[in-house]
Amino acid sequence: MTDTYFAPLGGGALIGLSASLLMLLNGHIAGISGIVGGLLCHRGQRLGHDIAFVAGLLLGPLTYLVIFGTAPQVVVAASWPLLIVAGLLVGFGTRMGSGCTSGHGISGLARLSPRSFAAVLTFLITAILTVLVMRLGGWL
Amino acid sequence: MTAAMRILTSLAAGLLFGLGLAISGLLNPAKVKAFLDITGAWDPSLIFVLGAGVVVAFIGYRIASAINKPLFDDKLQLPTKTRIDRPLIIGSSIFGVGWGLAGFCPGPAIASLSLGLLPAVIFAVAMFIGMVTHDRFLAGKV
Repeated sequence: MTDTYFAPLGGGALIGLSASLLMLLNGHIAGISGIVGGLLCHRGQRLGHDIAFVAGLLLGPLTYLVIFGTAPQVVVAASWPLLIVAGLLVGFGTRMGSGCTSGHGISGLARLSPRSFAAVLTFLITAILTVLVMRLGGWL
Repeated sequence: MTAAMRILTSLAAGLLFGLGLAISGLLNPAKVKAFLDITGAWDPSLIFVLGAGVVVAFIGYRIASAINKPLFDDKLQLPTKTRIDRPLIIGSSIFGVGWGLAGFCPGPAIASLSLGLLPAVIFAVAMFIGMVTHDRFLAGKV
């Protein structure tokens, strides 16, 4: 019960609060691939807050560890070669599609952006199909 | 002064985001894959993460657009693109395949680096290379 509803709802609300704070105080959306891509490639005038956001993001799981006394569960089944291929696709695809689960999924849907609705629908479909193919092929 | 407040805001927002990922379970690729695996033992809980996140952000954004001026900056900076174009659809398709393969998207991949897990490091380095490859060689050309 707790695991199925309260933790996801509470965690999701914190993510929404984070996006709200960024908009209300700093005036921009919370898009991880945009922030990281900006840090890697462009280094504009937002360099300071982009570094601060990533530093905060890294502190998040450690804060969880301090509050709950145990590290959050992170179970990765993928092999090294699969991780590398997946990482390349995620990095390339999110920059080409101008966003990921945060920028399109949270910020874009909250702004009722048709562009983000299209993006979310697209990446959900290809992700579900990818897992389906892995299941049918016995690679899951 | 406002520059320092902006940086502090970003740090706090990043921390809330990372903590939210950890509490919600989105940090865990196994859980993400269980959500995407609709023909297996489907775990619907990530819908609640997205739902709660969108509802709270929707309220925050409504207030922000009503005030129409962020506290620590001159104006709201909203995405300017509105067209559903080929790069959006092709890029999102590619991202979805990668997300399905490993169960990592950019936020969780970076946040879990602080836990010192090797798979997260491998994924994140590959992701950085993918991002730079796109921005250096292909941005605006597809």
